[in-house]
Amino acid sequence: MLSGKTALVTGGSRGIGRAIAIDLAKNGADVAVNYSGNEEKANEVVKEIESLGRKAFAIRANVANADEVNSMVNEVIERFGRLDILVNNAGITKDNLLMRMKESEWDDVININLKGVFNCTKAVTRQMMKQRSGRIINIASIVGIAGNAGQANYVAAKAGIIGLTKTTAKELAGRNITVNAVAPGFISTDMTDQLPEQIRNEMLKQIPLGRFGEPNDIANMVTFIASDKSSYMTGQTLCLDGGMVMY
Amino acid sequence: MADVLERVTKIIVDRLGVDESEVKLESSFKDDLGADSLDVVELVMELEDEFGMEISDEEAEQIVTVGDAVNYIQSKL
Ligand SMILES: NC(=O)c1ccc[n+]([C@@H]2O[C@H](COP(=O)([O-])OP(=O)(O)OC[C@H]3O[C@@H](n4cnc5c(N)ncnc54)[C@H](OP(=O)(O)O)[C@@H]3O)[C@@H](O)[C@H]2O)c1
Repeated sequence: MLSGKTALVTGGSRGIGRAIAIDLAKNGADVAVNYSGNEEKANEVVKEIESLGRKAFAIRANVANADEVNSMVNEVIERFGRLDILVNNAGITKDNLLMRMKESEWDDVININLKGVFNCTKAVTRQMMKQRSGRIINIASIVGIAGNAGQANYVAAKAGIIGLTKTTAKELAGRNITVNAVAPGFISTDMTDQLPEQIRNEMLKQIPLGRFGEPNDIANMVTFIASDKSSYMTGQTLCLDGGMVMY
Repeated sequence: MADVLERVTKIIVDRLGVDESEVKLESSFKDDLGADSLDVVELVMELEDEFGMEISDEEAEQIVTVGDAVNYIQSKL
C-alpha cells in the first residue's frame, strides 16, 4: 500500500508512535524514527523495521526546537531522497488542576505538543510542495474535543492541533497535500500506564466498546490515511476512542 | 541582467502558466500574473534552487514584481 514512500514519525520510539512506524513499514514505507531521549528504544524500532526489509534510521530532535527540527527534516530528505508522510505524534503530559498548574507545565506541554506540530509541518512543506504530494497526519486527542479536568495545557494543545490541521489542510490542498488528525481515546501506553487504577476503571465505564485501545488501533488508521485510499479526505479529525465521544 | 531575467521568466512561465510576453519587469506576481500567496512562496523556492541562494522570509516578502526578483537576485550574485 505504501511501497516507494518514505515517512517521518515523531516520537516513534515508544507507544503509539512506535506502532505507527512499524505499521507504515509493514505496508511498504521506509521510516525515519524520531525520538527525544530514548535512543535505545528508537534503535529497537529501527531494528524491527529493518527485519521487515524496509529502510529505517533513528534521529534525535526535540520537536519544540525549530532548529533541531529543520536539521532533522533536512537529514531525512537527504537520506531518503523524498518525504511523503509526516506523522506528528510526539507528545507529553504534565497534568495538574488549572489552579495549581505552573507556568512551566503549561509552556512545556504547549511547546512540545502544539508548537512541535507547527515546527515539523513547516519544515516538511517545502519538500512536499515540490513533490506536489504529501500526507501530514497529526495525533490529537479526544480530550481536545471534549475537554478534561486536570489537563488544561494538554487539552489546549490538542484542540490547537485540530485547528492547525484544518488551516494547514486549506493552505496546502491546492498542492495535493492532505492534512488530517486522529484523536485517540484511552490507549494503553507508558503515558496512560502512569494513571492510578481507580481512574483507569472510571475511564473504562465510559467506553461503549468496553476496552482500552491498543497502539495498533491508531496505527491502522494512520496507515490508511497515509495511503492513496484516503485521497479525498483532508482537514478532518477522526476519533478512535471506542465510542467515548460521538458528535 | 538579461540572463537572470531570462531564467526568472522561464520559471514564471512554467509555474504560473502565463505567456512569456506577459512577463515584464513591472508585472506584479499577484496583480498581473494571477499568482496567489502560495504561488509566490513556491516561486521564491524555485528561484532559490535555480540560483543556489537562500532568500529569507523577510526578504521574500519584499518581492512583489518580476523586477524585484531580478534585482534581488542580481544583488546577491
Ligand atoms: N496514550 C493515550 O491514551 C493517548 C490518547 C490520546 C492521544 N495520545 C497522543 O498520542 C501521542 C503518543 O502518545 P503515547 O501514549 O504513545 O506516549 P508515550 O508512550 O509517552 O511516547 C511518547 C513519545 O514521544 C516522544 N517525545 C516526547 N517528547 C518529545 C520531544 N520533545 N521531541 C520529540 N519526541 C518526543 C518520546 O520519545 P522518547 O522515547 O525519546 O522519550 C516517545 O517516543 C501523543 O501525542 C499523545 O498525546 C495518546
